[in-house]
Amino acid sequence: MTNDNLIHYIYGIADNSLILGQRISELCGHGPTLETDIALTNIALDLLGQTRSYYKYVAELSPKDISEDDVAFLRTEREYKNVLLVEQPNTDFAYVIVRQYFFDVFHFMLLKELENSKNVNFQAIAKKSLKEVSYHKRFSGDWLKRLGDGTEESKLKAQQAVNDLWVYTDELFHMTANDKKVAEAGYGVDTTTLKVPYYETITALLKEATLDIPDTKYFQKGGKNGIHTEHMGYILSDMQYMQRTYPDMKW
Amino acid sequence: MKNQGKKNVRDEQMKSLEEIFEAKIARDEKIEPKDWMPEKYRKTHIRQISQHAHSEIVGMLPEGNWITRAPSLRRKVALLAKVQDEAGHGLYLYSACETLGISREELYDQLHSGKAKYSSIFNYPTLTWADIGAIGWLVDGAAIINQVPLCSTSFGPYARAMVRVCKEESFHQRQGYEIMMTLCNGTQEQKDMAQDALDRWWWPALMMLGPTDDESTHTEQSMKWKLKRKTNDELRQQFIDQTVPQADILGLKVPDEDLKYNNETGHYDFGEIDWEEFWQVVKGHGMCNKERISARKNAWDNGEWVRDAAVAYADKQAEKDVKEAV
Repeated sequence: MTNDNLIHYIYGIADNSLILGQRISELCGHGPTLETDIALTNIALDLLGQTRSYYKYVAELSPKDISEDDVAFLRTEREYKNVLLVEQPNTDFAYVIVRQYFFDVFHFMLLKELENSKNVNFQAIAKKSLKEVSYHKRFSGDWLKRLGDGTEESKLKAQQAVNDLWVYTDELFHMTANDKKVAEAGYGVDTTTLKVPYYETITALLKEATLDIPDTKYFQKGGKNGIHTEHMGYILSDMQYMQRTYPDMKW
Repeated sequence: MKNQGKKNVRDEQMKSLEEIFEAKIARDEKIEPKDWMPEKYRKTHIRQISQHAHSEIVGMLPEGNWITRAPSLRRKVALLAKVQDEAGHGLYLYSACETLGISREELYDQLHSGKAKYSSIFNYPTLTWADIGAIGWLVDGAAIINQVPLCSTSFGPYARAMVRVCKEESFHQRQGYEIMMTLCNGTQEQKDMAQDALDRWWWPALMMLGPTDDESTHTEQSMKWKLKRKTNDELRQQFIDQTVPQADILGLKVPDEDLKYNNETGHYDFGEIDWEEFWQVVKGHGMCNKERISARKNAWDNGEWVRDAAVAYADKQAEKDVKEAV
């Protein structure tokens, strides 16, 4: 197990939090009510806080003299290893909630396992994050029920979002060669074992929300290998703007 | 004769209610939502508290403009938290306002239709990262000067909300100043960015303290009800006296050729404020007035189906509970 193995493993987890945190922060000030605005911003804050813990650890592991911000802002698109789900746009509130719920359920299960990692840093980050993510899951799950079993209009919108985002769920369980290596060493998580309980959980909630389960056989993937959707370039050009325009400065 | 008698009794009662009310204010006791209050007091408070709440939530937009582009993770998180605080301030100010018998929907309608005002400063654009520093330092700085006296204002819910608002605003101001300090200790490009932000935000910040005393329509009554403790001009002078030395520490130049410390008065003398610009922005002709209102309106209109869904779902759940109980 080299530091490089660990660093690449962290990207596969932390980049999800960074990109989803960035996506949700786009909504700050534009929520459907002040209460949801505040709650979604809280989720973004949690995710970005988690990202910082992971990237600080990357900076420690790296042989180069780098900071959390170098990790966050100065990689090329291909070097970000987040799943495609989290980079999907804020099309409407239904997409925001479904994206969040699909991610939160996975995130919670992943952290539950990561808590038992042999790596003490992973243990500590997972333990702290679990408290936050159990709240995220409750928030997005409750809202998905409201949207699904609310009005005709909300049901249509929620169903549309579920249908469109379902194709990004399978990638959550994709293991890269590096992921396998880190999992086998007892540091990382074998996510393939989470797949069945994951689909059981989200299927049960979708049923409670009176929504249909999509009958999709084909799933999108690529993010974990750094091949992203067209949305990713725009996310990064926004996010990296200052660091790229004014290199090597302190902010 | 009989009617006249009734009227006299009513007038007497009203007079005694007014006396009790005035006496309470004079004793620095709080007026609570269920207490009797003159209609004018209620209306004035709805106007001022809602204007304040609107300023908080419209104020989220210019700063929100830089969340996705913040230059470091630490700054991104701090800015997000700050803008979230503004939403929180909006929330408890709207709640305080609702205790006076007006709904959140009515208050939003007033904002969206242009009937209600909000602080004009938020109609200026945020063009660089330094603007985020300048807003924290100057805009929050001016807001604190305006708001600290409100912690002891006569209407209980407003006074209590302001205690928390002021604590958070003073944290924001320090954060803004720290952004400016970092820029001023940085490269020439960063210093230039900081100076440019000060150049653009200085005069609007001075205008934030309100029109000059002779133009201010609400001062006298507001003083009586402790909605105001100092006049706009006094507050402005206090802001200038406090801020100019801070600019000196940063090594930035305040964009006012007439600014000079007056040894006799112990205050800074300053140049003419462009009130023409102020009134133009108030009337809706600032660079971002239209964008700000349409952003708020879009958020509300696009959120309607979400709010409807929440109500429909809650109704269904309540129905289920009743059935189960039966």
